[in-house]
Amino acid sequence: MSQQKVQIVEKIMDANDQIAAQNQHNLDSHHIFAINIMASPGAGKTSVILKTIQMLKDQMRIAVIEGDTAAVTIDADKVSALGAPAVQINTGGQCHLDATMMDRALSSLDLNQIDLLIIENVGNLICPASFKIGTHANIVIASIPEGDDKPYKYPNIYRGIDTLILNKTDLLPYIDFRKDYFQQGIELLNPGLEIFELSCKTEDGFPAWIEWLKAKVTTQKNL
Amino acid sequence: MHELAVTESILSIAKKHATNANASKVTDVNIVIGKFSSIVDDSVQFYWDIISQDTICENSTLHFERIPARISCLDCSTEYKVDAEMMPCPNCQSVRVKIISGEEFWLDSIEIER
Repeated sequence: MSQQKVQIVEKIMDANDQIAAQNQHNLDSHHIFAINIMASPGAGKTSVILKTIQMLKDQMRIAVIEGDTAAVTIDADKVSALGAPAVQINTGGQCHLDATMMDRALSSLDLNQIDLLIIENVGNLICPASFKIGTHANIVIASIPEGDDKPYKYPNIYRGIDTLILNKTDLLPYIDFRKDYFQQGIELLNPGLEIFELSCKTEDGFPAWIEWLKAKVTTQKNL
Repeated sequence: MHELAVTESILSIAKKHATNANASKVTDVNIVIGKFSSIVDDSVQFYWDIISQDTICENSTLHFERIPARISCLDCSTEYKVDAEMMPCPNCQSVRVKIISGEEFWLDSIEIER
């Protein structure tokens, strides 16, 4: 019997990252722009998605992948009611979507009929940050009632994203939310991060968000 | 909770390399984790002891090498270490900073018996 050390140096998330890269390639070959929406439970992921579908559905073909930890189709049903195809992923209690689940969801959609694919990740600010799924933009929705300290408390998710939505801005008059403090936290973790301030209630801020999505979808179409 | 998925990934990489090296047993697994990787060592070890049962990695020990976080200021180029969470540049208080190290997460090596 001999004892020996075997050098490996392999990224532990490599298997997931490779499938994520394949997913992105799959999306690219169909000219689909895909966004991964992450947030804590109750930040307004579904509300933002529904509002976005309402505003864009006459201009492009939208589909939604809903990640849920239980077999409840509440969100998927709301999306379907707006006429957008929705696929539900039941993670079976897992706290995040991973690239394999995304791959399976993609295979159950008709990718030739989609311009914008929205993935609603499981409501959680920790686990989804570690798992790429292959989308073009990773987006966090923060919301005013959650408090201004969230970037400081959940730095990993804020560090890895491409775009931030600050939702429920209509509640600003009622809640002690220091925007400067919030923004400094963001700046520290992710300098220059693009931020959209939205209210699903009043629709404030939506035009800029919608224009951003339209520009991204057009760019992806022309790839 | 994502530690379970992460541990499964560690097991699959370790098993692959152990088999390639004709190992009869894996005794130690060396993992490198950056300060900013949101992984809890104890949880990984806990899941490891369960999911490595009846595999070539059964009863092996995980070792974690923690890489400290190093930050570079984009305004004044000061380099500094952070032990807890991100903080502004200690020299010029700028928040425009870049992470140099601290996000590592890889399987460095395994120790095996043939």
